[in-house]
Amino acid sequence: MQLAYIARRFGVFLLIVWLAASLNFFLPRLSGQDPVRAKLLQQASLGGYVAAGIEDMTREYEHRFGLDKPLWRQYVTYLGDMARLDFNYSIANYPRTVRDMIADALPWTIGLLGTTTLLSFGIGSVLGALLAWPRAPRWMMWLIPPLWALHAIPFFLLGLILTYLFAFQIPLLPIFGGYSAGAAPGFSWHFVGDVLSHALLPALSIVLVATGGWALGMRGMMVTTMGEDYVVFAEAKGLKPPTIFLRYCLRNAILPQVTALALALGQILSGAVLVEVIFGYPGIGTLLLQAIRENDHFVIQGIVFIVIVALGLATLILDIVYPWLDPRISYRRT
Amino acid sequence: MRAVLRYLRRNPSLALGLALLMAITLFVVVGSLVVDPEDARPLSAPTLQPPSQDYPFGTDRQGRDLLAVMVVGTPLTLRIGFIAGLIGVGLGAVLAFVAAYYRGIADTVIRGIADIGLTVPGLLVLILIAVSIKGTLTVNQMAIVVASLAWLYPTRTIRAQVLSLRERGFVEMARLSGMSGPSIIFVELMPNLLPYLGATLVNAVSAAILASIGLEVLGLGPIDTPTLGMTLYWVNFNAAMINGWWWWWLAPTVIILTVFLGLFFLTVGLDEIANPRLRRSA
Repeated sequence: MQLAYIARRFGVFLLIVWLAASLNFFLPRLSGQDPVRAKLLQQASLGGYVAAGIEDMTREYEHRFGLDKPLWRQYVTYLGDMARLDFNYSIANYPRTVRDMIADALPWTIGLLGTTTLLSFGIGSVLGALLAWPRAPRWMMWLIPPLWALHAIPFFLLGLILTYLFAFQIPLLPIFGGYSAGAAPGFSWHFVGDVLSHALLPALSIVLVATGGWALGMRGMMVTTMGEDYVVFAEAKGLKPPTIFLRYCLRNAILPQVTALALALGQILSGAVLVEVIFGYPGIGTLLLQAIRENDHFVIQGIVFIVIVALGLATLILDIVYPWLDPRISYRRT
Repeated sequence: MRAVLRYLRRNPSLALGLALLMAITLFVVVGSLVVDPEDARPLSAPTLQPPSQDYPFGTDRQGRDLLAVMVVGTPLTLRIGFIAGLIGVGLGAVLAFVAAYYRGIADTVIRGIADIGLTVPGLLVLILIAVSIKGTLTVNQMAIVVASLAWLYPTRTIRAQVLSLRERGFVEMARLSGMSGPSIIFVELMPNLLPYLGATLVNAVSAAILASIGLEVLGLGPIDTPTLGMTLYWVNFNAAMINGWWWWWLAPTVIILTVFLGLFFLTVGLDEIANPRLRRSA
């Protein structure tokens, strides 16, 4: 029955991918005429640095989308392109393809977001569990108000404040870009250190805020879990406190946190996009800002599609892992 | 009055939240008496002045008086949040009541859409919508764009509340005594959920403000309107951070911070009213 469960979750994933592609196709067309084409022609009339490719692009565009064909034919062609991750050329950076540009930016975002999410989830959950644990040191109680306050702040606002602190008050860390201007990208220790020091502030502004949220959620769950009969029973049996803490309380309290993680991924990503913009970090967010400024419609569409698919994939993985974490949820029933 | 004060002492989160939001309101009201809103337009002051007697918040590179910008922009940003939040919670509540009370196919469809919609990064979809609209947005259009996704989360949470409420005895009683579905929803269910709806609304307003500022920082807002998010867009656009023009971003940052903290503590306080069981565990 495990197979049916995975198949159903995979079906939901495909549905999300299809919805994302359809959104990309229909949203621009809802406003009457096709703004993609309008932008192309507008760029062409502006001339300048795109003039060289614009003839090719317009022809390619008309050929590919077959503007004389009925809407459903265009739609089917478009879905096919999306399935092959073919997002056409960038309007502003012809002849680079949108896929290449996203492929350059994506590792930065995945690295930043993956690390910070794992860190904040891990630290936050353990911290939250300790905050609810009566045997925890008393000074930990003082952490609650700052965690609350931090949790209410958007990532990028903390980023702004950190930028100021580290740019002028304590100029220790670089505040802009992904690596130093002169550094040659490669696998040398020097370059790796450079990249890490550039990633530190963006990462910090995400981790500090997100940790608070996970800690508060975990604390609430721990309080509920510790009131359960089986915990009282474990105490009555004389089990060691660390065993009760880890195997009885934490293990159970963390389950809703994982569910919350699956739901929060989209929100975390939305926040991280703005952090990248503030720090000029060379990931998806900065690429998006650039594309918006240059009216580069294909790049925007490509990013939206790729990100929705990537998050759908992450949710799918969490969904498949979840019954393994919580054996009470059998694959059959859900 | 005294009873209110006594309650606020028992619920410090609510008091803190209200105090922060009052401070913002006071700033806007007093500010609008002192400041000429015309000064929020470019070229109405010398450029890039640090805070001084004449310009307490300084001026930006396009020659806006930043105090005037804050006085004009704060209510605009709040307006976007309130309109979008109200639409979101209103629509969400209707969908949630229909889904949870009538169940069946409507429930499956509504829950399915909300669940899938929530896993999608909202900001990116909003960007796609904002880019697809031709021309620059007005403040009200901005609110509608943000509202287009603001109903997802309220729908989900209110539905869960209604599901547990509809199994209670008094709802059963009303159903047996022949009350119709809509009147059970309005007369029996709605009043019981009012505090909860209040907390959800504050939450939705906060999320909508965040979304609108996000769009604006990326340059997709009402370009010629001095909202808080647009101010941050110009800060970022002119690299004010690296150039050391600290006063340019300080005022909007402090105001946004106060608004978010105020709304957050207000939600915590309202949650405590809505769910008295929290009191014992806290």
